[in-house]
Amino acid sequence: MHIVIIGNGIAGSSAARHLRKLSDHKITMISGESKYPFSRTALMYIYMGHMTYEHTKLYEDWFWEKNRIDLVEGWVEHIDTKSQSISMKNGDLIKYDKLIIGTGSKSNKFGWPGQELNGVAGLYQLQDMQALENASKDKVGRAVIVGGGLIGIEMAEMLASRKIPVTMLVRESSFWNNVLPPEESAMINQHIAEHHIDLRLATELKSINGSNKVISITTNHGEEISCGFVGLAVGVSPNINLLKDSGIETKRGILVNDLLATSVTNIYAIGDCAEVKTPKIGRKGIESIWYTGRMMGEHVARSIMGETVSYDPGIWFNSAKFLDIEYQVYGEITAELNGETESLYWQHVTEHKSVRINYMKDSGSVIGFNLMGVRYRHNVCEAWIKNKTNIKEVLANLAFANFDPEFYKQYESAIILQFKGNLTEPIVHRAKRKLRLVQDYLKTISLH
Amino acid sequence: MNLYKSISISGHNYTEDMPLFQKIQLAVVGLGFLIMLLAAFNFEALHSSWWLLASLGMIIMGTIGYGYGQYSGTVAGIKNNHVWQASLSSRGVIAWILGVFLTGFYVVLYWYPQFLGLGVAGAANTGLVGFFDPLSRLLKGQPASQWFMYGALYTIAIVTLGMKFIYKYRHSQYQVFRTISIMFFQTIFAFLLPELLLRLNIPSNDFKNVWPLNYNFFFDWHIDEMIKAGMFGYFILFWGIIMFLIITPILTYFYGKRWYCSWVCGCGGLAESAGDSFRQLSDKSLKAWKIERWMVHSVLVFVFLMTAMVLYTRFSGNSRILFLDSYQLSSWYGFLIGAAFSGVVGVGFYPLLGGRVWCRFGCPMAAYLGLLQRINTKFKIGKKDITLQAKFRITTNGSQCISCGNCSTFCEMGIDVKAYAQRQEDILRSSCVGCGVCSAVCPRGVLRLENL
Repeated sequence: MHIVIIGNGIAGSSAARHLRKLSDHKITMISGESKYPFSRTALMYIYMGHMTYEHTKLYEDWFWEKNRIDLVEGWVEHIDTKSQSISMKNGDLIKYDKLIIGTGSKSNKFGWPGQELNGVAGLYQLQDMQALENASKDKVGRAVIVGGGLIGIEMAEMLASRKIPVTMLVRESSFWNNVLPPEESAMINQHIAEHHIDLRLATELKSINGSNKVISITTNHGEEISCGFVGLAVGVSPNINLLKDSGIETKRGILVNDLLATSVTNIYAIGDCAEVKTPKIGRKGIESIWYTGRMMGEHVARSIMGETVSYDPGIWFNSAKFLDIEYQVYGEITAELNGETESLYWQHVTEHKSVRINYMKDSGSVIGFNLMGVRYRHNVCEAWIKNKTNIKEVLANLAFANFDPEFYKQYESAIILQFKGNLTEPIVHRAKRKLRLVQDYLKTISLH
Repeated sequence: MNLYKSISISGHNYTEDMPLFQKIQLAVVGLGFLIMLLAAFNFEALHSSWWLLASLGMIIMGTIGYGYGQYSGTVAGIKNNHVWQASLSSRGVIAWILGVFLTGFYVVLYWYPQFLGLGVAGAANTGLVGFFDPLSRLLKGQPASQWFMYGALYTIAIVTLGMKFIYKYRHSQYQVFRTISIMFFQTIFAFLLPELLLRLNIPSNDFKNVWPLNYNFFFDWHIDEMIKAGMFGYFILFWGIIMFLIITPILTYFYGKRWYCSWVCGCGGLAESAGDSFRQLSDKSLKAWKIERWMVHSVLVFVFLMTAMVLYTRFSGNSRILFLDSYQLSSWYGFLIGAAFSGVVGVGFYPLLGGRVWCRFGCPMAAYLGLLQRINTKFKIGKKDITLQAKFRITTNGSQCISCGNCSTFCEMGIDVKAYAQRQEDILRSSCVGCGVCSAVCPRGVLRLENL
């Protein structure tokens, strides 16, 4: 059997790797972006000079040959589902028995005047980073970033690393406050200012001005800001242009069932480009994040090998870094509390560190953790959420979740002081967080 | 392919203008070295304690000032911007020039110290070594040797660039504590204490320099010298054996080799401070790992063999075993490993291969510590099952790895940390010196140094 994968992002690469683990089939992985799979999330670090492209490759080059995964560099022109073949831009024809589509996302553009000018770019692909590199070779003057999400702040950090003055236009009234609760969002606003990035909240882009190259932008407040570069970071959408007229059912993304199969037999879709028809409760149909891409890649390999377990990404988690502030989230954290949930929030007085634990008002079950500048253990938080562990037990054992390096100050007592619930007796908490103790503790909670 | 090429070199197009403060600090360092250089060329007027003080003072203050200027006005956090774009840290022209200079310096230091002004056959010192006489007389009441001069510069490098490192990682207590420890052990144990002991007419000893790193510890002349020195000499011998046989295994079993390699050791100390700008240059390939294992363990075998023969000779008076001659073997070890590898290649190649080339490929102590760090064995004593499992490991936080590669890139020991992290495996590697930088540079908080 010949399994062909279009796209070598984390979804495609994971699929290839797991298919090889499970089978001996012929595997071909196609990408026009780069022959060897690399980490898209590391693009910013190449630009900032922390790493070179070579460092961001998922594996050394020999890995793919050793595992008999054929890498084809090139762009796909058309998929013919009847003859089960793919035509490449260079005229090659590739036949498949099973096809996995993992074409990822493309940066959103909302039809702004001037959005096709030179000096306007998004940040998703390797080529985008190269375009950014080229654009910043000339004197940019000022750069304007449109959008205040994870990519927006990455682009701002990238440009600022080269001493290019940056203005960020953010539609929301506070940074990423459609996802982050108000306190965390305010912390990031402040931190952005510390990095001398000009953050314009509640401001939207109206037009990009210039004849050939960008010379300025105009905001919805009518202000004109002159700039030599505009970064578009207003989200991404599934990259499915390729599928026009292919007969594969799509909505915003490529529709897939619980086995990640599309409407056409022998064709599967994974990662950013896939839209799960019936997502699990609390999850979205399209989740353009690294981790779900990786999980889908592993899952599709199982599906193709005949397993009929439905795709379940489990307890939500994600992470990011806002300039110097690390962010981790486990479980359910919403920008605003609904009536049934309560939030325990602790924030360091001077440093950018905070811990938020959300739990159910009535039962006290913990449902989510939101962390800024503090590292928590994934497996411990997940076990608590899965087991609906009571907030009081969580607080008593909070040190077990702490994943900060040795000698870092621990804040468990301060966090517990923020607990506003009824306490018949004070919470006695452990201070030690030795690995052996954590492992023993994990055994006790997974027994529940 | 063009695209990748242009990306990998694109950085070199970006150069940052150095702020005036930094330039002034560099100029001060430069002046300090200029005085030293003139003194090295026997510019007699400069051979005085005042000029030595001026020269070292300018080098010290300028370097500290430079380190401060580098990160002042920035928010605490990871400071790796432009590492692969600046010439010095990405094997550019400046790196090559520095590499050639350092290599040359070590060649002269080890094999032609007379060119540095070391007085031969009782003659007074001149040149660079002579320039350090006032400091040497102050500390031990004797004129300097090339090793005194070298030790002084070595200590200055660790302390001043260690301060730069501390400021760079000021948000990380682990890095701060560890670097203070390195600075302390270098200044007190490696530099001041041995000189003061000499002053007191007691055999000089670096108490943290353990065999097999301190490969001449069991040489007959050393043993004889210690025995002649009486009680204190016996103590030094006793301490050396205890360090090797008891203290090292116990500490390594519980905390990993890091207690030595990145908290105490002078070679590690220099790599962590002066070598910090080059840590990203280590080779992470599987091939390099294979070479490393062969080389470092061969050196360990070599040092055991050599020491066993030297001891045999000492007690039997017989220097030949089969075709091997213990004197020849020890002098070859001294030349190949003690000088050429640890000095010339180990530090000379910092700007090209990273700061831990010696620690990774050549240090027999690191190999010994590495074996201890990987102890994992079960056995029976009588009816009791005993499990011995060394405690140190780097753990991976669930599924949070994004395969970005920062951990591997900044691992000075060339461990492909990412390969483990993205598979959610703990990192248990004999070469890991526990510097903690992988954990610090991880943008997703995935790695933690832990003792089980």
